[in-house]
Amino acid sequence: MNFFNYIIRRVLLLIVVLIGVTLIIFALLTLFSPEQRASAFIKDIKQLSDINSIIKTYGLDKPVYVQYYNWLRQIFRGNFGWSTTVSRTVLDAFRFFLPNTVELAIFSAPLIILGGIWLGTLSAVHRDKPVDHFSRFLAIVGWSLPTFWFGLILLMVFYGYFRGLFPPEILGYEAQAYVGSAEFVRYTKINTIDALLNGKLWIFVDAIRHLVLPVITLTVIQIALVMRIMRSSMLEALGKGYVLTARAKGAAPKTVIKRHARRNALIPVVTVSGWLFAQLMVGVVITETIFNRKGLGWWWAHAATQLDIPAVLMAVMFNGVLFVVTNLIVDILYAYIDPRVRLG
Amino acid sequence: MNFIKKRRIVIDFEQHPRLKEFQFSFHKILKNPLSLTGLALIFVFFMIAVFAPIIAQPQYEHEPFRIPHEGYSVIPSPPGPGHPFGTTTKQYDIFYGVIWGTRTAFRIGFMVVGSILIIGVIIGSISGYFGGIVDEVLMRIVDIFMSLPLFILAMALVTALGRSLDNIMKSLIIVGWPIYARTIRSSILTLREEDFVKAAKALGAGTLKIIFKHVLPNAIYPVLILASLDIGAMVLTAAALSFLGLGAQEGYADWGQMVSLARNYIVGPQGQPFLYWYVVTIPGLFILFFVLGCNLLGDALRDIFDRKLRRK
Repeated sequence: MNFFNYIIRRVLLLIVVLIGVTLIIFALLTLFSPEQRASAFIKDIKQLSDINSIIKTYGLDKPVYVQYYNWLRQIFRGNFGWSTTVSRTVLDAFRFFLPNTVELAIFSAPLIILGGIWLGTLSAVHRDKPVDHFSRFLAIVGWSLPTFWFGLILLMVFYGYFRGLFPPEILGYEAQAYVGSAEFVRYTKINTIDALLNGKLWIFVDAIRHLVLPVITLTVIQIALVMRIMRSSMLEALGKGYVLTARAKGAAPKTVIKRHARRNALIPVVTVSGWLFAQLMVGVVITETIFNRKGLGWWWAHAATQLDIPAVLMAVMFNGVLFVVTNLIVDILYAYIDPRVRLG
Repeated sequence: MNFIKKRRIVIDFEQHPRLKEFQFSFHKILKNPLSLTGLALIFVFFMIAVFAPIIAQPQYEHEPFRIPHEGYSVIPSPPGPGHPFGTTTKQYDIFYGVIWGTRTAFRIGFMVVGSILIIGVIIGSISGYFGGIVDEVLMRIVDIFMSLPLFILAMALVTALGRSLDNIMKSLIIVGWPIYARTIRSSILTLREEDFVKAAKALGAGTLKIIFKHVLPNAIYPVLILASLDIGAMVLTAAALSFLGLGAQEGYADWGQMVSLARNYIVGPQGQPFLYWYVVTIPGLFILFFVLGCNLLGDALRDIFDRKLRRK
């Protein structure tokens, strides 16, 4: 089987999984009463007062398979319903909240991945030395820390004690007002990037100050996973014959670690990166809630407590698609790097 | 004659290999300081849970999980006589809450992980042993579940079922089993081809006997490791869901909810930033140490039961 066939097979499997995801979401939807379900079909606020006609139009009192078909048709037309928590359509709200979450991910993902790789390598090279013990301890504590509690403690120290050094939310009042004004061109809607593109350094600094605590919270919790995988795969690589050969040929220890062992040890880290993204989104829900950063996670968490069904379903769908697509990309990359996968 | 008798006694004292392996495992746990710490932490929490009625006497006889509170003042009061850890908002006693919260945590951990273990093992065994179309269908279902983050799916399920601690547990069970099924299945697939299974089949052992006597005892270790690591993770996830406001009604002894109650009292007034430190710190530390204990122990078990690392 060649590379092309491999990709086709993967894409077909992806479609099966995505259909399954819609089935799960629809199964969730059927747990609600028709009146509650109707909100998943609403396109604008005026329809809120006319729930009965929606039930009739979309056949919410009809058999399940008819309902599934109707619901799927709405999804393909881009109608995800009305989110009562933010009084917008789900699609609008998604477009509104996405940039803030992407910004958080842009700043934390490199820290998590590079930091984890660095710590894992260090730990493996100095196996059973103090550095190793320390970083393993750090990893296991990070793994056990309740994200929500850690964030609150950071808030207590950096917002309370160092009065407003790293404030919650997204921007300060002045920056918020300026960003909303006509002078500020929103290219990407991501504050830090837009600030740089507009050449306003003070807005950039303000946005970064609001980002520090959420990024730290996410990083401390997530870095443990990367570190662990990197450490164990690095240990395995260091025990391989080619490392011994390289050493025997007299290559410098640093070269052996960096070019012979670490390059090969990176492969398992690549394979979990899809999973890592999923975990990052989970962390985002908690982090954004604590620091009151109005992003996707904040929206979903509020939606869950206020029975805002369409928004919660959107959360499930978005995460399903994100996970499946990132995994597809990772698998293709993996097959590209490692021929054993696509031929096996 | 005498010689033979002596030998027989020796043989009688010869232990069953599984018991011997278990002793070896236990010895390894006691030798490693990290896993010993984990064991000690869990032991302390276990004692707290067992003696909860003595440590903190319930005020409501039939509802021991209801935290007693005096008055409705929203401002927390600091640790003092009668309230060793102070009171949180609405005057709920923090000490009582964390002590009885230990029972809640154990209940969540064991109920959730125990249930998903049983469901996962049953489905995984069916899938792995019978193979074919059954396997294909079950594994695609597993694929679908595993493509959604556990936390998000559980959150959506709790929203649908209605918020309560029991529903959090139900949701975690519904979304948690697939990985267990897959793990059991893959170890059964490798075991199915082993010689001792073929030998049992050749000797005429029935399907059920082969599964329960020969395959499962050997296939179960990876899942048990997963389960021991999952207890902490599940308690943490449940606490996070509780924190978001999807848990039990207010005043129930649950650590996640206690952190959530503290949310308005994180930062003290001007000049006294740490005035309400106890409100958030104490329940959080209980969660941290409980989960840490579980993870340390689970980690140790993984190293011990991993065939590659066991005898190193």
